[in-house]
Amino acid sequence: MALTLGLAACGNGGTEAQSSDGGASDTPAASTVKIGFMGDLTGANAGIVIPPWNGANLVVDEYNKTNPATKIELVKYDSQGDASKAVALAQQAIKNDKVVGLIGPAFSGESAQVAPVLEEAGIPSITASATNTKLAENGWKFWHRVLPNDSVQGPGIADFIAGAAGAKNVFVIDDKSEYGKPLADAVRGQLGTKGVKLTNDSLDPAESDFSSVVNKVVAAKPDAIFFGGYYAAGGNLLKQLRDKGVKDAKFFSGDGSLDKGLIDGAGAQNAEGALVGCPCYIATPDVTDPKVKNFADSYKAKFNADPAIYASEGYDAATVFVEAVKAGNTTTDKINEFIKTVDLAGVSKQVKFGDNGEVVAKDIYIYQVKGGAITLLGKATEAKLG
Amino acid sequence: MLNDFINQFWPATIDGLAFGSIYALIALGYTMVYGVLRLINFAHSEVFMIGTFGAMFVPFVFGISSPLTGIALAGVILLMVVAGMLASAGTAVALERIAYRPLRKRGASRLAALISAIGASIFLQELFALLVIPNVFNRPQQGRIQMGLPRLMERTELFSIFGHSVRVDQVLVIVAAVGMMIALDALVNRTKIGRGIRATAQDPEAAVLMGVDINKIVRMTFLIGGGMAGVAGALYLISYENTYYYIGFLFGIKAFTAAVLGGIGNLRGALVGGVVLGLVENYGAIFAGSDWKHVISFSILVLVLMFRPTGILGESLQQARA
Amino acid sequence: MNQKNSVEGFRHRFSQYGDAVHERWLNTPGWQRWIVYVVLIVAALLLPSESIGSFMSPYTDWASILFFPIGTYVVLAIGLNVVVGQAGLLDLGFVAFYAVGGYAMALLGTRLGWNFWLILVVGIGLCALSGITLGAPTLRLRGDYLAIVTLGFGEIIRITARNTDAIGGPNGVRGIPHPPSLPDIELFGVQIFKYGVLDPRPYYYLLVALAVIVIVLVKRWEKSRVGRAWAAIREDEDAAEVMGVPTFRFKMLAFAIGASIGGAMGVLWAAKAISINPNDFQFLLSATILAAVVMGGAGNLPGVILGAFVVAWLPERFRGLQDYRMLIFGAVLVALMIFRPEGLLPSRQRKAELQEGSGGMGTLGAEVPGPESQGEEVASR
Repeated sequence: MALTLGLAACGNGGTEAQSSDGGASDTPAASTVKIGFMGDLTGANAGIVIPPWNGANLVVDEYNKTNPATKIELVKYDSQGDASKAVALAQQAIKNDKVVGLIGPAFSGESAQVAPVLEEAGIPSITASATNTKLAENGWKFWHRVLPNDSVQGPGIADFIAGAAGAKNVFVIDDKSEYGKPLADAVRGQLGTKGVKLTNDSLDPAESDFSSVVNKVVAAKPDAIFFGGYYAAGGNLLKQLRDKGVKDAKFFSGDGSLDKGLIDGAGAQNAEGALVGCPCYIATPDVTDPKVKNFADSYKAKFNADPAIYASEGYDAATVFVEAVKAGNTTTDKINEFIKTVDLAGVSKQVKFGDNGEVVAKDIYIYQVKGGAITLLGKATEAKLG
Repeated sequence: MLNDFINQFWPATIDGLAFGSIYALIALGYTMVYGVLRLINFAHSEVFMIGTFGAMFVPFVFGISSPLTGIALAGVILLMVVAGMLASAGTAVALERIAYRPLRKRGASRLAALISAIGASIFLQELFALLVIPNVFNRPQQGRIQMGLPRLMERTELFSIFGHSVRVDQVLVIVAAVGMMIALDALVNRTKIGRGIRATAQDPEAAVLMGVDINKIVRMTFLIGGGMAGVAGALYLISYENTYYYIGFLFGIKAFTAAVLGGIGNLRGALVGGVVLGLVENYGAIFAGSDWKHVISFSILVLVLMFRPTGILGESLQQARA
Repeated sequence: MNQKNSVEGFRHRFSQYGDAVHERWLNTPGWQRWIVYVVLIVAALLLPSESIGSFMSPYTDWASILFFPIGTYVVLAIGLNVVVGQAGLLDLGFVAFYAVGGYAMALLGTRLGWNFWLILVVGIGLCALSGITLGAPTLRLRGDYLAIVTLGFGEIIRITARNTDAIGGPNGVRGIPHPPSLPDIELFGVQIFKYGVLDPRPYYYLLVALAVIVIVLVKRWEKSRVGRAWAAIREDEDAAEVMGVPTFRFKMLAFAIGASIGGAMGVLWAAKAISINPNDFQFLLSATILAAVVMGGAGNLPGVILGAFVVAWLPERFRGLQDYRMLIFGAVLVALMIFRPEGLLPSRQRKAELQEGSGGMGTLGAEVPGPESQGEEVASR
C-alpha cells in the first residue's frame, strides 16, 4: 500500500518528466542529450540546493519549448550531500545515463570526490554553489564553477567592513561548515592585516540556541559582526543578538546568507540594516536589468516563490550548457571546449571561465536589508553606507 | 579566560537554566517510558518536533503576525501549549500503539524495539518534510526549510541580575517547566494512575495480579511523556521562534543525555539532568568555544557515569516516593 | 482474527522451512560445504556484472554501490554484530571506529606518504586501541548507559575532527592516495588490481577479500571459548561472572574486535574515496548499521549480511520514488520489526532465547502476556 501511494504521489509531483515529455511527439526526429544535476535535494541542506535545481529547470524547459533539433533532458542525481553516494551516482551518470555535462555537485565536500571521476571520464561540470578555494587547485580541465571562491569573497567583504563601514572591533563567527569556516577565515585573515581588533567564536548550525555566542559578543562590544554560514543559522543568530541588546553593531554575512530566509529568521525589525556580501548579482525588487527581472518573474511564476539562494547561479550554469548544445555541440569534449571559450551575460554575472575553471568575474556586491527586503548597495569597492 | 568567565557567568546561567528547562521537559518522556518499559524511545525526538508544529498551528490558523499583549497574549500562549501537548501526546500514543505494542506482545527484544523506534523516527521526519509542512502549513517546496514564528511576545526585560537583564520569555520557560514538573510529580505520586505507573515500573507481573491494566498504564505513560514534550515544543517555539522537520534530532540526543545524567527512570533526575546539562554547556562554551558544546556535554556524561554509574540522582521510577 | 491466524501460520511455516534448511546444512559433509563456500565467493566476485546491474540498481552505478554502501555496510555490520549480536553490548556509536580508520588512512597517506597496506595494519591497531580506550571506562556500565556513552563517543570523534584545523577541520583531508596498483594483471577484461578513479570493481574485489577474511575470523571466534563466553555474557552477565567467565575482559575483546573490523573498513573506504570530511561520519550511519544487524538477525552472520545488504540496497534500488523512499524505508523498518522482531534470518539460539522471553538484550518491561499474546503462543506451538 505504502509503495503504490509513493509511486502515485511521485507521478503527480515528479519534476523529471516535465523536461523531455513536452513536445516529443511532434518532432520525432529530435535527439536528446542528457545533462545531470547533482546535489543534496532531500537531505538536511536541501534548502540550498533546490533553488539552483529550480533555476536550471527553468532554463532547460524554456529551451525545450522552442522545439530545438537537440533537446536536453535534465537528470536529477540526489546525493543527499553524501560524497560516497555522489561518486556512485556520478559513475551511473557516466556509464549508464551517458550525460554530456553535469551541474554540480552542489557542495565542496562531494565535489572533491566527484570531480576527479568526472575528470577521468572527461565530463564537463559547472558547480553553482561549491565555493571552497582548494577545488580549483587540482589542475582539473573539465571542472568549472560559476561563482567566485571563498578567498575572493572573504577579503572583498573584509575590506568593506574595515573600509566603508569603518569598523575597528570585529567579532567573526563561523558555522564550522566546509563553506562557512574557510570564508570566515578569509575574512579574519584580511581584517588582521588592517589592524582591526578581532574576536572569534564558532557555532553549530544544527543548534537553535546560540546564547553562548551571543554572550561573548555582548562581552566583546564589537562595532561589526561577521557571520560565515548559511541564512538559517544566520537569521536565528541575528535575532538572538538583537534580542540580547546588541543593537548597534553592524551585522555582515556572505553569499550563503543572501536569502530572504535571513529576514524571515531574524524578523524584519532585527534584520533591518544587515549587510550581506555576495559575488553575485541577484534579483532585488528594485532591480532594473531586464534580464534579471525577467528571470525573477518567470521563476516566481513557475515555482510560486522568489528566486532564493544560488537560484541564479543554477540558471547560469544551465544556460551555459544550453548555449553549448544550441551551438551544435553534443559531445563532452566539444561542450568542454565551448565552456572554455564561453563569454555570455548571465543572470548573476558575466559568465567567462579562466583556465583553472574559476569564473573570471570577481566583483563582490554588497546588499543591505531595508524595509524588510534585500536591496543592492553597490560593488564592495564603491558602495557607501548611508 | 577567567575574566571572560566572570563577565559571562550570569547571562550564561540564565540562558543555561532556560534551555536546560526545555531539555528537562523532553527528558521526562525518555525517563518515564524507560522506567516502565526499559525502552529507549528513540522516536521521542520526533514527538518533540511534532509538538513545535502543533504549537505553530495556532498562530498560523489565527494569522497572527504582530506582537500581542495582555489577555490575548496569555490566551494564545495557552492555546499553543495545549495544541503542542495534543499533537505530541497523540503522536506518542500512536507510536506506542503502532510501533511498540505489537513488539511488547510478542516479547520481542528491546533491540528490536529500538530499531522500530529509529524507523518510526525517520518516518515521522519525512512525513512532516514531505506532506505535513508543505500542505498543512501551506509551504510548497519548503518542507525542509526552517519555518519561523512571527513575534508574539515582546522581549521586555523583567528584572536584572548584576546588570544582566532577564527577559520575560526566559522567565516564562523556566516557570512553566518547573510548574509542569511539580504537577507531574504530584500526578505520579498522588493519583491512582500514578500508583499504577509506579507499580508497573516496579514489577509488571505483580501489577497485573493486583488488577492493574498494563496496556492502559503504558498508554498513559506515553501520553504524559508526550504531553511534556509538547509543552517543551510550545515553550521552545515561543522563545526561539523557529522550527524545522529535523529539529528533534539534537534535542532528542541532548534530552536523552540529560535523562541518563540525572538517572534514567527518575523524574526528578530528568529535571536535574536537564538543568545541569544546560548550564554545563553554556559554562563550557565560555572556555572552549561554542562549537565544543556537544563534546562538553558528552564528556560530562562519561565523567559522571564513571563515578556514579546510575546518574546523579540514580534511583529509578519505582523507588521514587514522595 | 482470521487474517491474523493466516499471518501466524505463514510465519510458522516460514520458520519451519528455515529450520529444515538449517538442519540439512548441519548434516552436510565438509567437502560439500566447501563447494558451497567457493560458489558463494565466486558469486560475490561476479556480482558487479552489468547484466544484473540494470535490474538491481537502475538509478545508480551498480558496481559503485556494491562497494559503497552495500559492501561497506556488510563489513561494518559484521563488525558491529560481534559487539551487539554476540556479546550483547548496545553500541550506538560504531561509526566512530570507521572514522578513526578513515582518518588514519587519510592522514598517514597524505602526510607521511605511507603505503595502503601498512596503513591498513596500523589503522586496525589504532582502532583496536581506541575500542579499548572507550571500553575501559564504560564497559562496566549497564546496557543502556553504554548505549548513550557510545553514542556520545561517536559524536565526540566527529566534532573533534570538525573542530581541529590541524586535521583539516570541516574540509577534511583531500588527495588521499589509492592502494598501489598492478595494472598488468588482467582477468576477463578487468584490470583487477588497478586502483584508479573510474573503475570501482578492483576496490570491490579488495572488499570481498576483506569480508571473507573477517567472516572466517569471526566464525572461528564464535565457535571458540571466546564465542561461548560472549554468549554467556549476553544471556546472563551475572551468571557468567559467577561461573568464572572474566566478563569485563571478554567484553573488551568484543569491543576491540568490532572496532578493528570497523577500522579496517574505514581504511579501505578512505583509500577509494580520494577525500573525506567529518560529515561522512554522522550518527545516522551508526543507527543504519545497527538497524542492519538487528533486522537481519543479530548474532547470525548470514542474517546480518542479508540485513546490511537490504538496508543499503533498498534506498538505492528505489531511488525512483524520489523523496518518498526514506519515508517508506522508515515504515519498512517498523513493519519488519513488528512482523519479524527476531530479524530476517535469526540464529536458532537467539530464537530460543526469544521464546524464553529473555532474548539476549532482555525484553521490554511490562511484557506480561495479555490475552492477545496468549493466542499467539498457542498458534506458534
